[in-house]
Amino acid sequence: MRTVTVPGLARGLGFTALFAAFPFVFTESWVVNIGIFTVMYAALATAWNVLGGFSGYLSLGNAAFFGMGAYGEAILFQHISIGSGYRPFWVLPLIGLGVAVAVLPVAWVAVRTRAATFAIVTISMLFIAQQLAFNLHSLTNGAQGLVMPLPPFPNTTFERPFYLAMVAVLALSVLLSWYVATGRLGLMLFAIRDDEDRARGLGVHTTYAKLFAVAISAGLTAMAGGVWAYYIGFIYPQFAVDPLVTIGAVLMAFLGGRGTIWGPTLGALILVPAQQYLAFSEGASELYLVAYAAIFLGVMLLMPRGILPSIADLVAARRSSNGAHRADGPRAEMPEAVT
Amino acid sequence: MHLVVQAIILGLLTGGVYALMASGLTLAFGVMRVINVAQGAMIVAGAYVSYTLFTDFHIDPFVSIVLMAPAAFAVGVLLQLVFLRPLRSDEREELSLLVTWAIALGIEGVLSVIYTTTYRATLPGYVNDSLTVAGYRIAVVRLVAFGISGVILLLLYLVLHRTRLGRSIRATVQNPTAARLLGVDAERVSAYGFGLSVATATAAGAVFGMVEPFNPGSHYDLISRLLTIVVLGGLGSLTGAVLAALVMGVSEAVLAATISPTWSSLVFFVILIGVLVVRPQGLMGATERGRL
Repeated sequence: MRTVTVPGLARGLGFTALFAAFPFVFTESWVVNIGIFTVMYAALATAWNVLGGFSGYLSLGNAAFFGMGAYGEAILFQHISIGSGYRPFWVLPLIGLGVAVAVLPVAWVAVRTRAATFAIVTISMLFIAQQLAFNLHSLTNGAQGLVMPLPPFPNTTFERPFYLAMVAVLALSVLLSWYVATGRLGLMLFAIRDDEDRARGLGVHTTYAKLFAVAISAGLTAMAGGVWAYYIGFIYPQFAVDPLVTIGAVLMAFLGGRGTIWGPTLGALILVPAQQYLAFSEGASELYLVAYAAIFLGVMLLMPRGILPSIADLVAARRSSNGAHRADGPRAEMPEAVT
Repeated sequence: MHLVVQAIILGLLTGGVYALMASGLTLAFGVMRVINVAQGAMIVAGAYVSYTLFTDFHIDPFVSIVLMAPAAFAVGVLLQLVFLRPLRSDEREELSLLVTWAIALGIEGVLSVIYTTTYRATLPGYVNDSLTVAGYRIAVVRLVAFGISGVILLLLYLVLHRTRLGRSIRATVQNPTAARLLGVDAERVSAYGFGLSVATATAAGAVFGMVEPFNPGSHYDLISRLLTIVVLGGLGSLTGAVLAALVMGVSEAVLAATISPTWSSLVFFVILIGVLVVRPQGLMGATERGRL
């Protein structure tokens, strides 16, 4: 069922090229800065979607993986001194793999629970991670946080390497999402989402499927965290393991359409610039929280299924009324949204 | 040994307050499958209102509970009508987490605008008084807080078991469809149930404001504890929540006294993970089946 079609390939490469070209067209550093956060959240939301969207297991602890990635990068800097420049980008896959493996034991306990209990257990994981960042003083330097050496990039294009690294993480996230959604693992996850007991009865190895999804989600999230830590240059516990990071990613996935491949990216493209604009124009971070809450409530109440599934419904309704059926590249293979 | 007993006393007193905080959370889940992540923010809001009533109007925090509870009940009913009722029932459990998280952010934002993020504490004249019983020191405020929590929990129990509304609530918890068939107005029961839950939150807030300093961001710490308490106790079980709250209070206080205060708050999570390995449904919860 996984076929690489020419339009599909063109679309993937086209989007990647478009994203990658952005900092060469808009060179002002504040614009690229917003770009970095937009692409980062797109990657985070896509990573969240692999577990939360495909299997229906609502994870609210992804900020813990993000923090683990960020600390992983910073600790490598501090203790093993991997140097600066471009080298920290090359260790990212290692950090992603490391975090993906490291979370498995806790994830094994977490996926034994279901629905709301699972969501709550993941929230606890988030706070455990934050507490550990405070307490493991020799490793994380506690509340003082860790500082990374300034990268030797020229001032005028300082943001560009970070931006491109984020685009790479996003591309990997979307590619993996597509690979999962169109393969055996995806079928298992969708079966779990629809009815886990029945899926298990039919012989789906549910624990294995869920753990695989957690590992992919965690690894990708950690890689984004690593790039973020290098870009910010300074991390401390509340900042690196921030519940707002989870909430942002989940909100974007919901807005764009959870369970779809491009939905989370679309959600990030809409929300992050809006959010940055709000933070900029309102100044005070407190009003920004209120505005954020209002947007969130609006999305949840008015469009709980997200933009892409709603559009897909409209298109499907129009097509069936015309009686015309036409395959449309990978979009036709896009997994159905949660019904 | 003296240290350990002292810690157990402190832990039980603290656990009682957490039991009150968690009761509303588990009630809201039992009645309408809503996880109220805003419970922590509502507790903090209760703490601020009682702080203002005390510093500006000289109303004792314990008295302010009586004033705040009816208003909080009304706010709860309103929130349920506007934000929770529209959610589709088959995904209410999960969507409610996100909706109430947004409500929590909203409350945090409003509180930060009004009160700024400086830490506050409600400090009535008797806040530092303490009793000495058999060589153990007991802070009066904590003892009274424990007592008040006990009284409110008892009232809640009486409402649930002796009134018509309580019977409807329990019927809805056990079997929503059957309750509706027997003439229970599920929507109204849900609204009142949520109202009760918010009322207990603000009452707990008034108490909380006297035993701990708080700021608008305090709700994250509170809600992470409360959620673990209700999951440990078993979602929807009031007895389970009270039991889990006491377990948490005692284990944390004992570890803080004997090993290290910085690590004590993690112990509870360790207990949670341990219990979930053996019983994924928590101490007193029912197994969840079928669709997620």
